[in-house]
Amino acid sequence: MSTAAEHLHHDEHHDHKPSGIKRWLYTTNHKDIGTLYLWFAFIMFLIGGAMAMVIRAELFQPGLQLVDPNFFNQMTTVHGLIMVFGAVMPAFTGLANWMVPLMIGAPDMALPRMNNWSFWILPFAFLILLSSLFLEGGGPNFGWTFYAPLSTTYSNDSTALFVFSVHIMGASSIMGAINVIVTIFNMRAPGMTWMKMPLFVWTWLITAFLLIAVMPVLAGAVTMVLTDKFFGTSFFNAAGGGDPVLFQHIFWFFGHPEVYIMILPAFGIISQIVPTFSRKPLFGYASMVYATASIALLSFIVWAHHMFTTGMPVAAELFFMFATMLISVPTGVKVFNWVATMWRGAISFEIPMLFALAFIVLFTIGGFSGLMLAITPVDFQYHDTYFVVAHFHYVLVTGAVFSIMAAVYYWLPKWCGKMYDLTLAKWHFWCSLISVNVLFFPMHFVGLAGMPRRIPDYSLQFADFNKWVSIGGFAFGLSQLIFLALLIKACRKQGEAATDQVWEGAEGLEWEIPSPAPYHTFETPPVVK
Amino acid sequence: MARSVLTALFATLLSAAAMAQPSQLNLRKGVTDISAQVYDLHMTIFYICVVIGILVFGAMFFAMIFHRKSRGVKPANFHESVKVEVAWTVVPFLILIGMAIPAASTLIAMEDTSKADVTVLVTGSQWKWHYKYMENEVEYYSVLATQQEQIHNKFSKGENYLLEVDRPLVIPTDKKVRFLVTSDDVIHSWWVPDFAVKKDANPGFINEAWARVNEPGIYRGQCAELCGKDHGFMPVVVIAKTPAEYDAWIAEQEAIQRKAKEEEQKLLAMNMDMTELMDLGSKVYQSTCAACHMPNGEGLPGVFPGLKGSAIATGDVRKHIDVVVNGVSGTAMQAFGKQLSLKELAAVITYERNAWGNNTGETVQAKDVNAVQTGK
Amino acid sequence: MSEQQYEKYYVPAQSPWPFVGAVALFLIAVGAGNFVIESTKGKDGYGGWILVAGLAVLLFMLVGWFRDQIEESMTGMHSSQLGRSYRQGMSWFIFSEVMFFAAFFGALFYARMIAVPWLGGSSNNAMTNEVLWPGFEAMWPLVKTPDGTTTEAMGWYGLPLINTVILLISSVTAHFAHVALEEGKRKQLTLFLGLTILLGVGFLILQVEEYVHAYREMGLMLTSGVYGNTFFMLTGFHGLHVTLGTILLIVMFFRVLKGHFNKDNQFAFQAASWYWHFVDVVWVLLFFFVYIL
Ligand code: HEA
Ligand code: HEA
Ligand code: HEC
Ligand code: CUA
Ligand SMILES: [Cu+2]
Repeated sequence: MSTAAEHLHHDEHHDHKPSGIKRWLYTTNHKDIGTLYLWFAFIMFLIGGAMAMVIRAELFQPGLQLVDPNFFNQMTTVHGLIMVFGAVMPAFTGLANWMVPLMIGAPDMALPRMNNWSFWILPFAFLILLSSLFLEGGGPNFGWTFYAPLSTTYSNDSTALFVFSVHIMGASSIMGAINVIVTIFNMRAPGMTWMKMPLFVWTWLITAFLLIAVMPVLAGAVTMVLTDKFFGTSFFNAAGGGDPVLFQHIFWFFGHPEVYIMILPAFGIISQIVPTFSRKPLFGYASMVYATASIALLSFIVWAHHMFTTGMPVAAELFFMFATMLISVPTGVKVFNWVATMWRGAISFEIPMLFALAFIVLFTIGGFSGLMLAITPVDFQYHDTYFVVAHFHYVLVTGAVFSIMAAVYYWLPKWCGKMYDLTLAKWHFWCSLISVNVLFFPMHFVGLAGMPRRIPDYSLQFADFNKWVSIGGFAFGLSQLIFLALLIKACRKQGEAATDQVWEGAEGLEWEIPSPAPYHTFETPPVVK
Repeated sequence: MARSVLTALFATLLSAAAMAQPSQLNLRKGVTDISAQVYDLHMTIFYICVVIGILVFGAMFFAMIFHRKSRGVKPANFHESVKVEVAWTVVPFLILIGMAIPAASTLIAMEDTSKADVTVLVTGSQWKWHYKYMENEVEYYSVLATQQEQIHNKFSKGENYLLEVDRPLVIPTDKKVRFLVTSDDVIHSWWVPDFAVKKDANPGFINEAWARVNEPGIYRGQCAELCGKDHGFMPVVVIAKTPAEYDAWIAEQEAIQRKAKEEEQKLLAMNMDMTELMDLGSKVYQSTCAACHMPNGEGLPGVFPGLKGSAIATGDVRKHIDVVVNGVSGTAMQAFGKQLSLKELAAVITYERNAWGNNTGETVQAKDVNAVQTGK
Repeated sequence: MSEQQYEKYYVPAQSPWPFVGAVALFLIAVGAGNFVIESTKGKDGYGGWILVAGLAVLLFMLVGWFRDQIEESMTGMHSSQLGRSYRQGMSWFIFSEVMFFAAFFGALFYARMIAVPWLGGSSNNAMTNEVLWPGFEAMWPLVKTPDGTTTEAMGWYGLPLINTVILLISSVTAHFAHVALEEGKRKQLTLFLGLTILLGVGFLILQVEEYVHAYREMGLMLTSGVYGNTFFMLTGFHGLHVTLGTILLIVMFFRVLKGHFNKDNQFAFQAASWYWHFVDVVWVLLFFFVYIL
């Protein structure tokens, strides 16, 4: 990993940078740390994806073929955890590290040493999580949502390791978020007023706030799981006056904002890319900001839509249904604004734009299924089926992950100073686009037809579609190898040199510095007019 | 090139979708008035989303086609319009209100469990369902009936693969049946798609749901909450009978269960021989215990202990009986005393003490089990 | 605007401490995980030792990191902009701590206002009580759990009240210490800071006393059902924070003795005192919701 990343920074400029392994271990440079985060996230994506391949291979046909059910559950659980905490969140943090200082004209992140600490915690945390899979009895097998009492009384001992690894992951996220917030509050170049900030910066600011608000709640939830399992408390045990559903309330109070943590930066990225390739300013900048803020605020009062079947009183069900539906309004505003930005622009279809366009369509489809899930009486039918799995993969894979890919294609020339291999990029896009739909679209059908999630085997009526889903899955997985090849090539500095502006329609401070971005930038702040 | 290969792939997929039966593609209408309402709600919202989708994507594709740089257009520069922004905030909001009203009224009807004619207590445990008729002296467990050989691809799979149980729940049609749903261990979820009933079974709490079934028939569903290793193997099967047939059935069951209890008493005086115990024991073991302790008695290290050579299964008999009858509280080992008959308990314990090389040579009789159970 | 108006923002050079800190957390997580398993399941292993090693490395890292930091601060490498970064960082950190406590307060309110009443048959749970827990009566404090474990409720007078007074006074002395610092009155500063530390230690001693009393005489334990759970987890985590706060104050005390801090350069001192006030506010909430109500 470090050699590949090292090349990314091969010195072409005169600025001084440390070399060797110490450069990466001891770094305080936001670009280095951003690079570390991004490579870490990508490796986690491959590992989590490999687990998804195990899931899809087992589900290729009815019957148990490859893995036993207990191991299957571990795959599902760790796949979910790795993708959420190991791939998507660190990738966004990596982008923030690279781009936020460049976009607001700051010399670095506000707290550079803490920045390095928050990164290096992550590889260790995931080392613990992954190695627990090899212990006797295996790793976590209770779903990424670790509902009690399956995760307490009925789980295996490695739960203790799971709990502590989540604790330190949480610490990392909180420190990362504090850094982003403080950087944005305190490090803006003169003239960079709030309402001039690029949307990526805005969305990250709000995301960071969400992170600081909910990661500690997750820490509380895992702590209670730990004491319930090992120290005889009964937070989630009716016999002692607790309630298993209490766990779900605490988890989802974290969990729902968490899913917006994984989409708000994506909205920011799309809001940077669409105007560039439409050669037209973003439509409704102010309403984008307000919409982001409203989504974030609403996200605190909708958590129980994951719990409609737990038997809440009907008044609570109604409240959470209405509040959840309401989120469609600000999200709709965003979608409409993007379309309006394109309207009467001069659109061209470079790779980042292709991913952004795919994002808009496919995320919206995922949003629609989200809205359907919000309708409580119908959610009774959808809940815990593959319809839900389809929903969240549309918003997460064709949403969050596609936006990350769009961002990488958008800023990669700025990072390494070379244009990447366009043929590979095109192959990557088209193969991904088509296979991802073969992968996730039929999940809607099997879900509606009644296939529950988290099962290693299913009845015969679901066989046809599952076969297609698995084929789509393998194809999508292989398509990511194209991406890997492209990135390695780009880091080896092959390809033609990129201009400073890189894209014809690109605007913003990050495009005014040289490509590749020098090791230290904006040591004296630029002045934004 | 890339495009054409993949378009072909996609076309095949679409045609596969077109050939599938409608029931494989969409929600079921089901057999209760509520489930029909739910289906209608689902379709309405789906169509609303389709229309909005067509409008939004239509506009987007229009721009992509006609406002392309390669057509030589000059970009406009507008970037604000309070009027349209207000419009596309308010209109979706109104659409949502239109959806919320019927949804709320259906929901309120679904949650009204009062004035039920029949009440059944549904209890989930790892990995089976227990049904108890609150008005009658009838209760029993309902376990997956699909053979292990089918699951492990040794026999070909039957029509209702994984959706069949040994003893389905039986309910009357045209009566309001109330389900009290709870659990003995982890959270399960009792789901019958045709009734639009899915309720979590939370240990220590009782949730309520109801159904008034319009047509007699067999309705199949599954556990819908991850509940451990065999979550995928705990189906729900419900048979709806006409009220007259139902009454006859329940009377018959009451008689059978009463008789069985009397038989139990007689058993206490009798001794069974080793082969008889081992035969029955092996059957009970495979159906009840093998899910955790594995057919070969080796368990899953770190999760479920092996019984092969275990100190308890080869040591003191009373301790062994105690573990099986009363379970080990705070672990997945359930109390089987109320799940199995004395005869079955005696047989399975004997089996465990003599199978897989645990050759203790001892037999356990119904009266031994009874002695531990009654605590003397 | 000319460049001159902007002080250069200090971007530290490479530093080994963050990585050492990550190793420390790694050891702590592995160690604590194994230690918990070993100590509760009667297995043997090295969990405890790994944990101790982790804590030692953490301590080593903190000392090293802060030493660098203090040196930078004393040699005037910090700008006022950096000071703002530190202060904002600390405020957001405290906010995250608030949310951590919020999770446990949430559990308390839920148990008290929802779970226990439902077990007693209220709302849509009549059958829960009738079928599963016949005879169970909802009450708070829950001195008799559904499975019949009994315990005693902790009153608010006596030790808890004294502790409240102690902490409130300590907040005031901490404030006086700060005022003294602003005005450059070093003697008073030392005095009030020392007093604050003593009060903090006194609080902790009484807290231990209270726990001993609860365990020995009242049968109120961590395992005494959800009342005991919320009581000990909330007061316990609070106690942990007081301990941490006291340590911070002690460090500040020694730095004051060495002549550190003045009107313009006092971030560490301020951070410690903010933390102290935060811990006090949590206690007031605790006193109200855990003891009195
Ligand atoms: C990035 C992540 C992400 C995002 C953005 C969303 C967005 C939404 N989600 Fe999703 N969700 C998940 C990730 C996400 N979700 C995950 C991971 C789970 C499963 C967790 C688990 O159980 O493991 C889940 C599960 C989940 C459930 C629980 C299902 C169940 O278990 O039964 C529900 C129910 O309400 C829900 C609803 C919604 C809604 C209403 C939105 C809305 O924000 C969507 C809003 C967007 C649109 C509606 C489209 C655009 C709008 C317009 C074009 C305007 C006009 C439209 C109308 C007025 C209709 N989600
Ligand atoms: C951002 C989050 C994210 C992402 C990116 C993904 C990506 C994928 N997910 Fe994931 N998924 C979740 C989040 C995510 N998922 C969550 C939260 C759950 C719920 C967990 C739970 O229930 O607790 C879940 C559950 C889940 C399930 C349901 C499991 C179950 O209920 O039992 C399935 C089943 O198909 C699935 C499939 C996939 C596939 C095929 C991909 C693909 O997109 C992955 C593609 C990537 C690769 C394949 C890696 C690259 C390739 C290689 C390493 C080379 C090897 C390739 C081959 C051999 C072909 N996911
Ligand atoms: C849902 C899972 C599950 C099922 C089904 C199950 N057991 Fe167990 N069993 C366990 C677990 C878990 C333990 C370990 C309990 C402990 O930690 O002490 C156990 C322990 C035991 C032990 C003690 C073994 C030892 O060495 O500690 C015996 C004997 C036993 N079970 C017999 C049975 C019999 C007989 C049946 C069927 C009638 C059965 N079990 C069904 C989970 C199960
Ligand atoms: Cu029972 Cu899933
Ligand atoms: Cu949600």
